[in-house]
Amino acid sequence: MKSKNVLLIFNKKIMYKPLIYRLAKDFDVVFNVLEAKILPKLEGRLILELRGEEDSVDSSIDYLMQEGVVVETLVDRIVRDDERCIHCGACTSVCRVDALCIDRSTMKVMFDHEKCVACGMCKIACPVGAMSGASIDLD
Amino acid sequence: MIGVEIKKSYEEINSKIREGKAVVVTAEEMPKIVESEGIDGAFRKVDVVTTGTFGTMCSSGAFINIGHTRPRMKASKIWLNNVEAYGGIGAVDCYIGATQVQENDPLNMVHPGTFKYGGGHVIEDLIARKKIRLRAAGYGTDCYPLREFESTITIDDLRNAIMFNPRNSYQNYNCAVNMSEKTIYTYMGILKPDMANASYSSAGQLSPLLNDPYYWTIGAGTRIFLCGAAGSVAWHGTQHAPECKRGRNGIPAEGGGTLAVVGNMKEMDPRFVRGASFTGYGCSIMIGIGIPIPILNRDLAFYTGRSDRDLVCPVVDYGIDYPSGTGTPLGEVSYAELKSGLIEFKGRTVETAPLSSYPMAREIANTLKDWIMRGFTIGVPQSALPTVPRGKNDETR
Repeated sequence: MKSKNVLLIFNKKIMYKPLIYRLAKDFDVVFNVLEAKILPKLEGRLILELRGEEDSVDSSIDYLMQEGVVVETLVDRIVRDDERCIHCGACTSVCRVDALCIDRSTMKVMFDHEKCVACGMCKIACPVGAMSGASIDLD
Repeated sequence: MIGVEIKKSYEEINSKIREGKAVVVTAEEMPKIVESEGIDGAFRKVDVVTTGTFGTMCSSGAFINIGHTRPRMKASKIWLNNVEAYGGIGAVDCYIGATQVQENDPLNMVHPGTFKYGGGHVIEDLIARKKIRLRAAGYGTDCYPLREFESTITIDDLRNAIMFNPRNSYQNYNCAVNMSEKTIYTYMGILKPDMANASYSSAGQLSPLLNDPYYWTIGAGTRIFLCGAAGSVAWHGTQHAPECKRGRNGIPAEGGGTLAVVGNMKEMDPRFVRGASFTGYGCSIMIGIGIPIPILNRDLAFYTGRSDRDLVCPVVDYGIDYPSGTGTPLGEVSYAELKSGLIEFKGRTVETAPLSSYPMAREIANTLKDWIMRGFTIGVPQSALPTVPRGKNDETR
């Protein structure tokens, strides 16, 4: 089994085309919607967790790309500028998946890329602009 | 200082510092020493306790003298990177305030606004020796004929850049929650409805004024660490409130005292300052301050020996009470609870997040400790801050 968080961007030509159900139906991939946003007449954005056999997950991604969906793998998409971060902890209150959390012994903010679903809330909460990268919102 | 018992004098402590023999510890190390050696033992052993804090301090800014132009100019309006600095003082002096936003910032027109760049960022960029666009306008006089001036400068081109912060280093601060039904965007961060999270902004046991609760050793003239440079306390800060609510240990259980501080920006280190943007609130600045506390008597050993367990702050509703200026605190929590990440409050378990950086506060206290061990002496306060006598029920009596 493999789990992968992806950001899918549907341009306006395909944004209303039903594609996601086929991940389960044709590829036996379990999908979990983490975030979704439709920008009318512009594009749709969807963050999914895909879970299944490695081959199935990979071929489901190939399928989406053939249909014209832009697929970005989210690991490493949100980055922290370690020079700018002052470890205040403001981001930890909005991170729903605990990708950002405080090590209580040092009070430093730890960032676990693997858990990050790129919801982008840390970019809004960080007072010093240390967080950047692709998220559900257009920059 | 009048009325303060001095069992170990400033002269004694400073001569030990000059000889490299002073015992200096941080306010994080002191509680362990008091625990193992007792208050009297800690008083005999320790000469100076260093403190530190690094957090958002809105009432901050800098006096800048841009130097005279040729021909001369009475610059009545000045902008630095398109952030207006107050020009209603001497010909080429101005004051850049931390919360001033850039011209044409959309503010909260689309709520919550992002407030990407403001006075705090200008100050950070100056300290980082980045290039800054300077623009000035004047109305022209016989002695100051020039009406417009534009140039790209760095801090080294400025005649003076003096940080002067009218209110910094709050003795204690609120823990913020939101009792309303919608998410709010505040200077205490993003607060989710129905008390889903709590934020706080104090270094707790490392915080300067919590370690000297009656301001016995901190007054105008006290030499401090200010954003990496040696600065000093100028006066009590605005909203200084020594008559605040205090616990039985004499330590404020709410806001309390504040400091006005001053320092030369040209000597500061960008590591210890940050322009800040609070979504939906505005621009500000994060300032790093460290203050040494000479252990003049055993009571100061007691106070500096308090830890996060002994320090409490009020829990305040920023949904309704704070904005309307009504209501009373919902209760009190200790910094030990806040720092654990969860507080038990009103029968609920609430997640907490800090807004001031404890790791940076620790680094500042340690840096100041190094400075003192290398000869940075303690400034004798020349004017005391307004204070109150110790309460009748004070544990130290």
